[in-house]
Amino acid sequence: MLAIECVDVAKSFRPEGDSPFRRKREKVAALQGISFAMPEGECFGILGPNGSGKSTLIRLMCTLLLPDSGQMRVFGRDVVTAPQEVRRLIHRVSVEASFFKKLSAQENLDYAAGLYGLDRQTARRHAQEILDRLGLPRAKYRAPLEEMSRGQQQKVAIARALLTSPTLLLLDEPTTGLDPRSRRDVQAFVEDIRRDYRASIVLCTHDMQEAQRLCDRVAVLRDGRFIALDTPEELAAAHGGGQGLEGAFLALTGEDPNDEEELDA
Amino acid sequence: MISLRSEGRAMGAVISRNFSLIRRYLGWEVVFAFYNAVNALTIALIGLAEPGPGQGERVLYLAIGALLWNFLSVLFFEISNSVMWERWEGTIEYSFMAPVRRITYLLGVCAYAVVYGLARTLVVLLGIFLLFHLPLAHADIGGALLVLAAASLPFIGLGLLGAIMPMLSAERGAQATQVIQGVLLLVSGIYYPISVLPHWLQTVAWFSPATYTLTAVRQAVLQGTAPGALLATVLGLLGAGLILVPIGVWAFHIAERYALRTGKLKRNG
Repeated sequence: MLAIECVDVAKSFRPEGDSPFRRKREKVAALQGISFAMPEGECFGILGPNGSGKSTLIRLMCTLLLPDSGQMRVFGRDVVTAPQEVRRLIHRVSVEASFFKKLSAQENLDYAAGLYGLDRQTARRHAQEILDRLGLPRAKYRAPLEEMSRGQQQKVAIARALLTSPTLLLLDEPTTGLDPRSRRDVQAFVEDIRRDYRASIVLCTHDMQEAQRLCDRVAVLRDGRFIALDTPEELAAAHGGGQGLEGAFLALTGEDPNDEEELDA
Repeated sequence: MISLRSEGRAMGAVISRNFSLIRRYLGWEVVFAFYNAVNALTIALIGLAEPGPGQGERVLYLAIGALLWNFLSVLFFEISNSVMWERWEGTIEYSFMAPVRRITYLLGVCAYAVVYGLARTLVVLLGIFLLFHLPLAHADIGGALLVLAAASLPFIGLGLLGAIMPMLSAERGAQATQVIQGVLLLVSGIYYPISVLPHWLQTVAWFSPATYTLTAVRQAVLQGTAPGALLATVLGLLGAGLILVPIGVWAFHIAERYALRTGKLKRNG
């Protein structure tokens, strides 16, 4: 079965600052003619410079945006006509670990579990298991999120996503800005999730090594279009010029992925 | 059955989250409660400025205004700012991509707002009772509470309509809710009869549920009017609520679709 089926999806936005009361400016295309099929159980990577449309694509998958045209289905459910069904199957970890910063990890996770209709005690046990595996100290569990490092917050964000046992996990730059150790922890955990939960994963990243390590296939997005889609090895062989996936990214987009990461961080 | 339980848990999660936030911002809550109480007391003290007969009734008239406005404004503010608050924290996308019906989420917000509004008003009431000896011998408190309960419904509807503003425009939306609240304060006869307003503002006052609420509560407390005689107002307020709440939910749905179409749901949208 296909985890995601995307057919000729397009999305454009008016420039920020436009209000409904002012004369409209021209729309800017964020995504154009995006088509791909992702089989169940795959880890599908999306690489692209800043502003290339990666987060827009993720938001469309998790029903936080409506496409202007085209069709997107998650496990056969249309994101526009059956958003509630799609929402039961997905969860997302974004580059910002968006939490109520004054609340503790436990309070934030209680809230997330409640929204998904989960029993609080069962969810707490499950969350504790996940956080233990991610190496978050137990003492931090009841501390306000604002007192945690970015890496620790991101681990709580991953726990929040896995708490609901999603069939499709959408990871939008989950390791951007993390220190090398936290980055390795998260990457190892993503591998565990694939093995233990058999989840399908979409991973947006600027980290070429991460994409190489985790992804079965990688799509390169530039100016809202897929300009390449293949296995990391094939992309590196076809476009890398001996520099691996990083060389391929540079050749395809004309930009250095390391510069992008510094900008994002 | 399972779905109903899930929706109940989701509603409980919204309420519980908000009370957890109160606990974490306890210092601010104490300050807000203190300011509310002092504000109500200073307004009620105006009633003592002019000596002579009717002084107690004047204080009571102003105290009713202060108490009711405290409750209704908290109700409106908490509901209308629920979206803005989530945008500010950056959690709105996570709340809105959960598989929970929007009506459930909004019911959670409204239920919390009612309980929180009552608690804040109780603090103010306590302050008023400590400072003033109010002539309540003829007051029909039951009738006043009946009117207040009925008035909650249209204010929830107005709050839901206010909540859509931050989805249409992040910053201006929040400003718009403040303007709406200000207009309600001006025209609803909170501290004065609406007859003192310019004629055109009196026309605006007819559309505010607070106008009818205040008139009826003052009748119950100052004149001891029985609940039966207030029935028309109570039914009117309930009717307004039965119109405004569904309109508010429908408008919220439309505004959410607009936000999903234009990308305004995200934090800095």
